[in-house]
Amino acid sequence: MKPSINTTLPITHCCPACGLLCDDLVLNSNSPVSINNACVKGISFFEKAFSESYAKPSVAGKPTDLNSAIQAAANILSKANHPLFAGLGTEVQGMRSTMRLAEKTSATLDHMHSEGTVRNTLAMQNSGWQTTTLTEIKNRADVILAIGTDIVSSYPRFFEKLVWNTNTLFNKPKPEVMYLGLAEETVKLPEIMSALNALMNAKNPLNKKPDNDLIGGVTIASLKQILEKLKTAKYGVVVWSASALKFPQAELTVQSITQLISKLNETNRVAGLPLNSGDGDSSVNNTSTWLSGYPTRNRFVNGHPEYDAYHFSTKNQLNRCDALLWISTFNAYQPPTCDAPTIVIGHPDMQFEKQPDVFIPVGIPGVDHTGTMFRMDSSVAMPLKKLRNSELLSLSDVISQIEAKLA
Amino acid sequence: MITLLKNGRIYDPTSGKDGVVQDIYIKNGRIIAKPSATEKITQTYDLTGKVVMAGAIDMHSHIGGGKVNIARMMLPEYQETKKYTEPEAHICTPSCSHNATPSATDTGFRYIEMGYTAAFEPALMPVNARQTHLEMADTPMIDKGGYAMLGNDDYFLRMLTAKKDQKAINDYVAWILHATQSIGIKVVNPGGINAFKFNQRRLDLDENNSHYQVTPREILKSLSTAVHQLGIAKPLHVHCNNLGAAGNFQTTLDTMSASDGVPMHLTHIQFHSYGTEGDKKFSSAAAQISEALNKNKHITADVGQILFGQTVTASGDNMMQQLNAKHANPKKSVIMDIECDAGCGVVPFRYKDQNYVNALQWAIGLEIFLSVEDPWRIFLTTDHPNGAPFTSYPHLIRLLMDKTFRNEAFAKLNLDAQAMSNLTSLDREYSLYEIAIMTRAGAANLIGLNDRGHLGIGAGADITVYTDQTDREAMFAKPDYVFKDGELVVKDGKVVKVVWGATHTAKPSFDIAVEKDLKDYFDKYHTMQLDSFKINDDEISNDGRGSIIVHENKKASH
Repeated sequence: MKPSINTTLPITHCCPACGLLCDDLVLNSNSPVSINNACVKGISFFEKAFSESYAKPSVAGKPTDLNSAIQAAANILSKANHPLFAGLGTEVQGMRSTMRLAEKTSATLDHMHSEGTVRNTLAMQNSGWQTTTLTEIKNRADVILAIGTDIVSSYPRFFEKLVWNTNTLFNKPKPEVMYLGLAEETVKLPEIMSALNALMNAKNPLNKKPDNDLIGGVTIASLKQILEKLKTAKYGVVVWSASALKFPQAELTVQSITQLISKLNETNRVAGLPLNSGDGDSSVNNTSTWLSGYPTRNRFVNGHPEYDAYHFSTKNQLNRCDALLWISTFNAYQPPTCDAPTIVIGHPDMQFEKQPDVFIPVGIPGVDHTGTMFRMDSSVAMPLKKLRNSELLSLSDVISQIEAKLA
Repeated sequence: MITLLKNGRIYDPTSGKDGVVQDIYIKNGRIIAKPSATEKITQTYDLTGKVVMAGAIDMHSHIGGGKVNIARMMLPEYQETKKYTEPEAHICTPSCSHNATPSATDTGFRYIEMGYTAAFEPALMPVNARQTHLEMADTPMIDKGGYAMLGNDDYFLRMLTAKKDQKAINDYVAWILHATQSIGIKVVNPGGINAFKFNQRRLDLDENNSHYQVTPREILKSLSTAVHQLGIAKPLHVHCNNLGAAGNFQTTLDTMSASDGVPMHLTHIQFHSYGTEGDKKFSSAAAQISEALNKNKHITADVGQILFGQTVTASGDNMMQQLNAKHANPKKSVIMDIECDAGCGVVPFRYKDQNYVNALQWAIGLEIFLSVEDPWRIFLTTDHPNGAPFTSYPHLIRLLMDKTFRNEAFAKLNLDAQAMSNLTSLDREYSLYEIAIMTRAGAANLIGLNDRGHLGIGAGADITVYTDQTDREAMFAKPDYVFKDGELVVKDGKVVKVVWGATHTAKPSFDIAVEKDLKDYFDKYHTMQLDSFKINDDEISNDGRGSIIVHENKKASH
C-alpha cells in the first residue's frame, strides 16, 4: 500500500526536524512538498519523509516480510548478554518501549548525539545551573551572548521567532546579540571563559592588563565590554552549544559558562540556554531519567539501572557489546561499524553501505504516527500529529513485537 | 466475583467508625452492601484482629514533572543512597529506600507498599503539564492528579492589571483546569516567581510586583474567589510568600485573611512558621500559627514535616530557592525561569539533627501537628521530597502516635534547638482514627474525591490492611494487604500485581470565548500554538493503561 495523506490539507503541524519543534507549519501538499513556515531543515525533513523510495524489511540484506525480520531481531537479542542500544533517534513513546526492551535484555543505552548532552549533564551534576526557556527569551531578552554557536545552523528559525519578533510582552528593544568562540575559535573557549570569570572579580590582576592584550584571540577590552553588557542587561541570555565544544574536558568549559551566569545573577538577571542536537536527544534523556532514575548513558543489569556517562558511551561499547540495536527514526542515519550482529530499526529511506543483519523500516514520528517530543529547553513537550496512513509500524509497535518473541 | 474481607477492625472516619469490627464486600472494584445469601463469595480474607483503613491519599507530593526530573538528572548519586547507614539513618526502617528522587516506577511501588493508593502532584506547571502527565502515566499502582500553578503567569497578571472582572478570571482558571487535566489550582509565592524575572529578590504579601503593580494579596483574593465560585472542591492551594525565611510567620498569618473567608489551603506550613527570637534570630512560631489555624475554620494546611537525612528541595519558588542555594548540600542547584508561566528551583538539602535550624524545623513541624486541634484540617506530608522522602511517613506516624519515641528523638537534637522548643510539653498522641482522618478521609474530602478515602457502600475498593503493632512505624511501613480497585496488589508489604491507576481531574464549565483572547496572546507572545498547549484526553488514555476520572464540582456559589 502506498502511503496516503490521511487528513484534509492544509493542516497545521509540528516539525521534529530540530529542537525548536515549531508547531506553526502548514502542510499544503505532500507531492510536491509545499509547507508554509518551514525552514530549510524542515523542508528537507518532510521531503525525505514523503519520498517514495521505501525500503522493505530485510534479513542479511535480503528483503523479507516484517514478521521474519522481527523474529530475526528477537533471535539476536535473545542470544546477546550485553547488547548496545544506540542511535536512539526517537520520541517519548519510542523511548518508553526501548527502555522496556533494554530492561529485559540487560542493554546499554546511548543516544547518537550524547557527546554534547553529556558535557552539559556533567556540568549540571557538578554544580547545577541557571537557565531559561524560549518564551522567556522572546519576551524578556535584551542581551544575548552566543558561545561556540551561531545558533542559526542548529535552529534556522531562532532569530525569526525569538530575536527579531516585534510583539513582546514588555515592549523591550530587540536584543543585542554577541558571539564568542565561533568556528576555529571554539578551541580557545576554555581560555576565554576563564578570563571572563576572572574579569568578574575586580581584584583579579587581569583587570589591570592593557585593554588590547589578547586572550584566546579576543582583546581584554572586548571581553570587558561583553561583561558590561551582561551586567547591565535587564534579562541577559547566554546561549551555548555543548556539541560544538569538541575538545577534551569540554564539560569544564560548560561549567565555566554556568559559573559566570551564576555570578552575574548576584546582581541582575541573566540565564543560560544550552542548545541540544536533535534526533530526539532531549526526549530520550528526559524519558530515560524518569523511567530509570538516570539520564542516558545508562544500562540495565538484571533489571537494575546503572549509570556511567563515560563507560556506557557508544564508542566504548561498540567493541564490547555482543549485539547492536541501532535506532534512527527521524533521519536515515546509518549505524556505526560494529562486529557484533546488528539490527537497524529506522527511517524508511535508509540506505546502507554495509547491510545490517536485520533492517526494519518504521514510521516517522510526526508523519506516520503521533508522538510526544521534548523541545530543546526541556520544559515544553509537544504533541506530534499523524499526517498520513502507511503500512509502516511505529518503533513502539515493532519493539513490542520483538519483546513478545524474546526467548 | 465477590471478595469478602471478614472481621477486620474498621477505621473509617467518614462513617464515624472507630475500630468497629465489620465485614466488607467488594464487587467490580467497589465496596457493596452485604449480598444476598444466594450470591457466591469468590474469595474470603480473614482479617480478625487486623486494622482496616481506606487506601491512604497523599494530597501533596512532588511525584512528577520538570523539577522532579531535573532533581533526578542532577543527583544520580541519590540512586545509590538506598542502603544509607549514616547517623541520621535512625529515622527510618531498614526497608525505607531513602531515595529522594525515585524513578516513576519506584514512586508507584513505594507508595503502594505503604498502603497509599493515590498521590497528587501539587505543582503542575501548565506549560509543563504534558511532561507531568507523561511521568504520572508511567507511575504504576496508584491514582494521581495535579494542581495547576497559576498566579505568576504573565497572562493572569496582565488580567489583574487590566482589572478584568471576576468572571473573566474564572473562565481562565476553568480553562486551565481543562487544558492541563488538573483537579485543583495552586499558587506558589504569589507574584514572586514573576517578580524575580524583573530582578526583585523578595516579595511581601502587600508589596507590588514592580512591573504589574499588583500584590500577592490581590492574586490570592482573585484566585481563591475563582476556585470557590467555580465550585472546585479543592480550595486554592497556597505556597505562601517568604518560604523558609526567619520571621515569615507573620506573612503566613496575614495570608490567612487574604481570601476574606473563602477556603484556602496553606501548604507545607512548617516552612512558613518561623520567628526571629533568640540569639540565632530563628525561632518557632508554631504556637501562633496553630492558634490561627484553630481559629480560622476556612483554612486547611499540610505540615511539610522535615526529617533528618539527605534529600532535595524541588519547588516552583525560584525566587526563594535562589536565596536558599547557598545552603545547598551537595553544593549545586538548578534555577529556571519558564515560559512566562512560572519557574523552578531545585536545591539538594541535608537536614542534620545537630544543626540548630534543622533541628528546630523538625520540632516546629511536630509542634504544629500536635497543636492543631481538628485533624480534618491538617494533613500529613513531608512535601516530598522537600522535607523528606515520602517513604519516611511510617516514621512520622510513629512520632505522632508515640510520645515516648518522640521525646527520645527530641533528646538527641541540637541542644540550643531543644531549648527553643516546647515539644516535650505537648502530650498529645494521635489515635488510629485521627491518622485515618489525616491520611484518608480528610484528604479525600479536601480534594473532592467522593468515592475514595472511605469504606462506605459504593466507594472504590482501595483498602489497606495492617497488623496492629505497638511499633507504629513497623505497622505502617508494611501492610498485610493492599487492595486497589478491589484487586489484591500488595501482600506482606510486597507488590503481587502491577496495576495502573487513574488520573483525577475537575472540569468546571466555562465560556469557551475565553479562547479568543488566549489565542491572540499565544500567537503574539508564546512559542507554541494554543492547540499544542492543551492536553487531550487521548494523550492520557490512549496507551491502554491510563484513564481519566472527572470529579463533579460542588454547587457553584456566587
